[in-house]
This record gives sequence, C-alpha cells and structure tokens, in this order.
Amino acid sequence: MVAVAATEDVLIQRPSAFRRLLRRKGAVVGLVVVVVFVTIALLAPWLAPYDPIATNFLLVRKAPSALHWLGTDEIGRDLASRLIYGARASLQAGVISVMIAIAFGVPLGLLSGYSKGWVDSLMMRIVDAFLACPFLILAIAMAAFLGPSLTNAMIAIGLTQMPIFVRLIRGQVLAVTVEDYVEAARALGNPHLRIAVRHVLPNIVAPVLVQATLAIAQATLAEAALSFLGLGQQPPEPSWGSMLNVARQFISQAPWMAWWPGLAIATVVLAFNLLGDGLRDALDPKEV
Amino acid sequence: MLTYIIRRILISIPTIVFVSIVVFGLQLLLPGDPALALAGEERDPQLIAELRRIYHLDQPIWRQYLIWVGNVLQGNLGESIRLKMPVGDLVTAKLPVTMQLASMAILIATCVGIPMGIVSAVKKETILDYGANVVALSGISVPSFWLGIMMILLFSVNLGWLPASGFVKPSESLSQNLKTMIMPAFVLSSVTTAIFMRHTRSAMLAVLRSDYVRTARAKGLREPRVIFRHALRNAIIPVVTLGAIQLGELMSGAVLTEQIFTIPGFGKLIVDAVFNRDYAVVQGVVLCTATGFIFLNLCADLIYFLVNPRMRG
Repeated sequence: MVAVAATEDVLIQRPSAFRRLLRRKGAVVGLVVVVVFVTIALLAPWLAPYDPIATNFLLVRKAPSALHWLGTDEIGRDLASRLIYGARASLQAGVISVMIAIAFGVPLGLLSGYSKGWVDSLMMRIVDAFLACPFLILAIAMAAFLGPSLTNAMIAIGLTQMPIFVRLIRGQVLAVTVEDYVEAARALGNPHLRIAVRHVLPNIVAPVLVQATLAIAQATLAEAALSFLGLGQQPPEPSWGSMLNVARQFISQAPWMAWWPGLAIATVVLAFNLLGDGLRDALDPKEV
Repeated sequence: MLTYIIRRILISIPTIVFVSIVVFGLQLLLPGDPALALAGEERDPQLIAELRRIYHLDQPIWRQYLIWVGNVLQGNLGESIRLKMPVGDLVTAKLPVTMQLASMAILIATCVGIPMGIVSAVKKETILDYGANVVALSGISVPSFWLGIMMILLFSVNLGWLPASGFVKPSESLSQNLKTMIMPAFVLSSVTTAIFMRHTRSAMLAVLRSDYVRTARAKGLREPRVIFRHALRNAIIPVVTLGAIQLGELMSGAVLTEQIFTIPGFGKLIVDAVFNRDYAVVQGVVLCTATGFIFLNLCADLIYFLVNPRMRG
C-alpha cells in the first residue's frame, strides 16, 4: 500500500512533457527561433519591405544600407524581402515533405509491424534498399526524374525520408503489440484495424514527433541543397538555397549575397535540431 | 566466424536486388513517355521509335527490368546519351577523385572529431564540453555548401592562400592536388566530425561510468592511462564501425562539395547528368553508390565482429 502511494506521488509530481521541454534551455531557444521564422513566413507579404521579384538595374549588387538592410542582388532585388519570402519555401518544404513521409510511413510501418511474417520481411527488405541509397543522392535522382520544381523536390525529399519512419514505427509497433493492454484489446475481440489505430498508434506518437522534428531539419537542408543545385524552387521565386547558388557566382564582388541565406538556413536547421533533441529528452519516459 | 560472414553476405543479396528495383523504378517517375524525355528537344518520330527499341521501352515493364539487370550483371550500366561513353567507364574514371576527397574528409573527421569527443566526455559540463557541443551542433546544422562558399571567401578571395576551385591529379603534382583538395575535404568532413564527436562523447561517458574503469582508478592508475588504455579502447569500437558507414554518407555529401569547388568527381557527374537528362548515368551513379554503401555496411559489421571480443566469444 505504501509502495502504491509512493508511486502515485511520483506520478502526480511528474511534470508534463511540455513543462519538461521548457526546462531545457536549448529546446526553448529552438522553439522560439522556430516560432519566429514561422511567423516571418506567414506574415511575409506584410513584413517584406519590397516586392521580392521586382528588379531594379540601378541597384545592382548594393551593399547593406538603410534603404536595403541586407543589400541587393545581381539584378537589384532587395535581399531582405527575398530572405523573408524564402522562409516560406524552406519551411513549407521542410514541413510538407515530412508530412508526406509520415503519411506513407505511418500506415506502412503499422502494417509491417502489426502483420509480421512475410509482409514484414518483404517491407523491411524494401526499406533496407531505400536506406542503402544515400539520402541526398536518392533525392537528387528522384527530383531529376520528376522534373525540377519545389513541389517535386518536396515529393522527392518526402519519399526519401519515408523509409526512416517505416522502420521507426515498425520497431515501436513490435514493442507495443506485446503489451498487456494490446493483448487485452485482442482478447476482447477488437478487429486488427481498430487495435492498430486506437490502441497501438496513440502509444507511438512520442518517438514519431521527435523524429518528425529532426526530419524537418534534414528536409530543410535537403530542400536548400536541391534548390542550390537548381532542382528545387525555380527562379524568379526566392528560396534560400537558390539565393546561395546565385550568390556563389558573385562571391568576390558581393559577399553579402551569400551571408544571409546561409545564416538563415543554419539558424532554422539548428533550431529544429535543438527542439528535436529537447523533445527527445522531454518525452523520454525515463526522464522525471 | 565464417558462418557469420557467409550469413551476413547472404543477407545483403536481397537488399541489393531491391536496390536494383528501386533504381530501375526511378524511370517510372518520369512524367509522360520516357522516349520523349530521352529525345529532349527532338520530336522526330523515327528517332523516338528508335529510342523505344534501343531502350526496350516497347516491352512490358518486368521484361525491361530483367533486360536492365542482365546488362548490369554483365557490367553494362548503359551508355551516356550526352558523352557517348559507357556509364561504367565514366563511373570508374570519376570514382577515384571522390574516393580521395571522402578519404581525406574521414581522416580530418577522425583527427578532429574523436579527440573532441574524448575531451568533451572527460571534461563533462565544463566550457570545453559546451564548446565541443556547439561545434558539433553547428557541424550538423550549417549547410556544407554555405560553409564552402564562406571558406572560399576567406581563404581564396580575402587571404589568397588556397585556390577557389579546380582539380590537379596527384600524379601530376601532389602538392597542388593537396592544395586544391584540402578545403573541399574540410567542408565535406564537417558533418562527419560532428557525428564522430557526439558518438565518441556518449560512448566515452558510458565507459567512464563502468566498473572496470572505476577498478582501474582504484588500483591507482594514472588518469591518461585509464582514459586511453582502458576507456577509449572500448569506447572506440562503435565509432570505428560508424566510420565505415560514414564513408558511404560522404559519397552523398560529395555531390554538393564537388559542385562548389568544381571537382570532377562522382558527385559532379550525377549533377551534370541530371541537367543533361542523362538518365542512364543518374541510375548508374545511384546504383553504384547504393551497392558501395551496402558493401561498406557489410564491412562495418565485419569490423565490429572482429574488433569486439564479445561478438566472437
């Protein structure tokens, strides 16, 4: 009885995952930076001082000034405005590609882990094959075959990330399906689909959330890389990767063109990595 | 031991088969008629019919796959439409350049990442630990292509110490070769350095808490001997196997690095092929990289088996 009371005490005192997340300085910094960039992306039309695609040949490659805080590019476009609008492409690509990966990865992982047997073996061999292809090379190849555009880059990144989610969810499902409550649900005669969706899925959300946060960081980097190579966002629409690609050609004449987009990518990716690390610790059941 | 090696090799075979299906399946992503995509601007019906015949596009998909796999097994990865050369020859010509770059990067990552991980674990929660963690987090967050551009700006444009781009074969001039490769290798190594640091740190922290390290300290052994003779020898095992896997990842990272520094390697080959719609080259590069990656994973497992006495026991 004393032991039960003590356990209840611990359970009552254990702070919520969000509170535990807020205790981690790195995660809080990450969360704040992510919120700031998402706000910038959402409010881009109101925040951007100029039209991001309006050219001005009198302002070609101007250094940062009071009129153009971050300078101008090779055809006189305002870099601050392009950077603000570029946040849309980068964050959109990061989030949507991970959503694609989850949309396919979760059902396939559930199917693989829940069905076991030859279905599981077959799916795991396919996952192994995808994971054997280095991430960026596969994404480049897919984007190349689909054709260069931001939408296709997001599809390519999403499909390339999907196997990671399949494997993660399958592992979690295998661990959860041996739990007593799943056995009980089975004994009560619940159909497989109901058990998978109502009893298994809610118990594997935490690791998926952590992986999704870290995957957004990777997807943002991948989108920037694809746009840098000319396979993502197409001109004249701005994206941080394509801005860097152009900046490379003017590195000695206008180095400021390269500073800001790279700094923006690094900051967002770092923020998602910090947030993902923090979430992993906060959602770890061993952490009290 | 032989049984383990054979079993491990046999497990790799279905993965390679599925990789070949994935690589072949890439062409199914082509919107519309693949023959039209291959023809590019040409819309001559005769040429399109000829392309359909050459690439067996008039055959059912499963037969197309079997023909392709049959050719691959005979070492025929197809022909580059633009360069009019066998893809196998192109890959063989470009691979040594990327291998040199990847090897130099892994050497830098080993020399920087592992000592940083050791210091970070031994001096846990000190300024050195925090500093090493910041470097590691930056390594995985800063895009390599931006780091490359910034290094060109500093070392080539401002200081004039190193060439901004280009490649000299080691057989022509080793010193010039190293001069052109050191900056790209450093850029390519940034992620691997961070990964090595993080893994070494966590492995060292786990080992430093173990009983045998406590016993070694209780026996009065000096701290450097405890760290290097007792702790590091065990902590380094997972990092060694990670090294083999990272070599495969570096091949992927080389795509961007070679593009920035105009190095004529494997990565530049695939990017040029993408823009020239040279699909056979794209498929050939992906297939070779994936097969190499599987082989490196196999090596990593075997190294782990050989260096870990508990596995052999």
